[in-house]
Amino acid sequence: MLSEAMLENETIAGLVAAHPAAVLAGHTQFAEITLTIEPAEIVATLAYLKYHQGFDRLSTVTAVDRYPLDPRFEMVYHLQAVGRNLRLRLRASVAAEIASATIVYSGADWYEREVFDLFGVVFTGHPNMKRIMMPDDWEGHPLRRDFPTHGFKYSYGEQQ
Amino acid sequence: MSETILEPAVHQESEAGTTRRMTLNMGPQHPSTHGVLRVVLELDGEFIEKATPEIGYLHTGIEKQCEALNWQQVITLTDRVDYLANLSNNLCYSLAVEKLLGLEIPPKAQWMRVMLAELTRINSHLVWLGTHALDMGAMTMFFLTFREREDLLRLFEMFSGQRLMTSYIRIGGLALDPPRGWEKLVHAFLADFPSKLDEYETLLNNNPIWLRRTKGIGMIPVEQMLDVGITGPLIRAAGIPLDARKMTPYSSYEKFDFMVPTSTDNDVFARYTVRMAEMRESLKIVQQAMDGMPEGPTRADAHRVVLPEREKMKTQMEALIYHFKIVTEGIAVPEGEVFQVVESPRGELGYYVVSDGTAKPLRVHMRTPSFANLQGLPRLIEKRQIADAIAVMGSLDFVLGDCDR
Repeated sequence: MLSEAMLENETIAGLVAAHPAAVLAGHTQFAEITLTIEPAEIVATLAYLKYHQGFDRLSTVTAVDRYPLDPRFEMVYHLQAVGRNLRLRLRASVAAEIASATIVYSGADWYEREVFDLFGVVFTGHPNMKRIMMPDDWEGHPLRRDFPTHGFKYSYGEQQ
Repeated sequence: MSETILEPAVHQESEAGTTRRMTLNMGPQHPSTHGVLRVVLELDGEFIEKATPEIGYLHTGIEKQCEALNWQQVITLTDRVDYLANLSNNLCYSLAVEKLLGLEIPPKAQWMRVMLAELTRINSHLVWLGTHALDMGAMTMFFLTFREREDLLRLFEMFSGQRLMTSYIRIGGLALDPPRGWEKLVHAFLADFPSKLDEYETLLNNNPIWLRRTKGIGMIPVEQMLDVGITGPLIRAAGIPLDARKMTPYSSYEKFDFMVPTSTDNDVFARYTVRMAEMRESLKIVQQAMDGMPEGPTRADAHRVVLPEREKMKTQMEALIYHFKIVTEGIAVPEGEVFQVVESPRGELGYYVVSDGTAKPLRVHMRTPSFANLQGLPRLIEKRQIADAIAVMGSLDFVLGDCDR
């Protein structure tokens, strides 16, 4: 649960008051605040932060593969409140699926496609869920930890 | 010269059934896409009804490769992300890892980093100006800007031995001590360059073709810019002074006196004026860095992270052992995660670095400005003419290596 010191931060206190089930944990490292969010609450959390706390920019969305932990993927959202000059990191552990943030921040579109392409996490409610970096007929998701970096065989001769 | 600027043409909806749409592939080899970008345009005559950027042609798996290399080897990959702003990428990654390591960087190294980052900004803006003007038919600009860029590349070569893939900013400081006589070259550039900037402006600011093709083109509401993630000179030309150098100063930027140029016109021309003003501000920063350059070492005193000096290696057993350990085993970085943001010439550049305590990163994610800026392209060019799309794409100043990684 959240420590006393973290609840003194008005953004976090406001979030906990508005969505009590959303925040699972939080910590501060190198002056960067990280909140662990319940995956089912991620869209509600982002919407609250955008419309009530002034976090008007979604800087980036990415994932970290914690293989062999279960659930293996950690979704990471970096937000910025330009007017208040604040940054915030949200984390949510998911197995393979999470709701899309595109209805709150349209800039999440390409980032989520990238995570889908390279990690295989599916975003429900995304308007255009298809590969962005790799070719459409590519098999596998390259940024997964169990995807080989080297020695990948690719035959030009035998095309089916 | 007073020239009436005509209102740029905006598409009028035609009656249903009277038009035939055409789909046109712009790129991936189109000269104005500055790299391998493909934009699928749905056209109604000269007007773009729908634009869909297709990226990924330059995807080289850099983030995947980062996980297979040692912490210090990743530096060479960061060069190749944004190949016009290598030092900004070197700097961002180094700062992130140094935060995880808790390293204190000597003042001289910090100031050198600031100076080099600003020279990189000028270098990148020069390439932008030359190619942007070339797209609009002003070919002379390209030759002029590349002439000045050559001076900068020569300077980078003097520092690092490389013109483009510098890898000069390393974890813990700089790769090498600054070369003998570098001050002379930088002073010569500082003395020479302001008049060159004036020369560019005399060529462009009164050029009727340039004005007509840039004024009032490519506007997009500020809220949409924030929503879609556009940063850098684009958002500053829309009136928001979003600049990581001021908002979250890094590498002693707080000790420098400079302005963040903004404009409220929000069109292609405003982005040009903002970038020109930025080059002048960068010159000011370089001048301040030259005047107040501190004395001292250029590498942190951390024997487990920074390679020892060559001389020590030959005379001291311990230094040799540390050298051997760093090169063979790599450096162990404590567990943790950092999101380091710097202001690259193109906008907000962020490295999200996760360590699990081993000699290799668990994850290096690059929040690159080109990727986010390109995402806004459809909103900037839809309902406009194809010729305007060329101007808008030039004003976005994207680098496809930066976008696709």
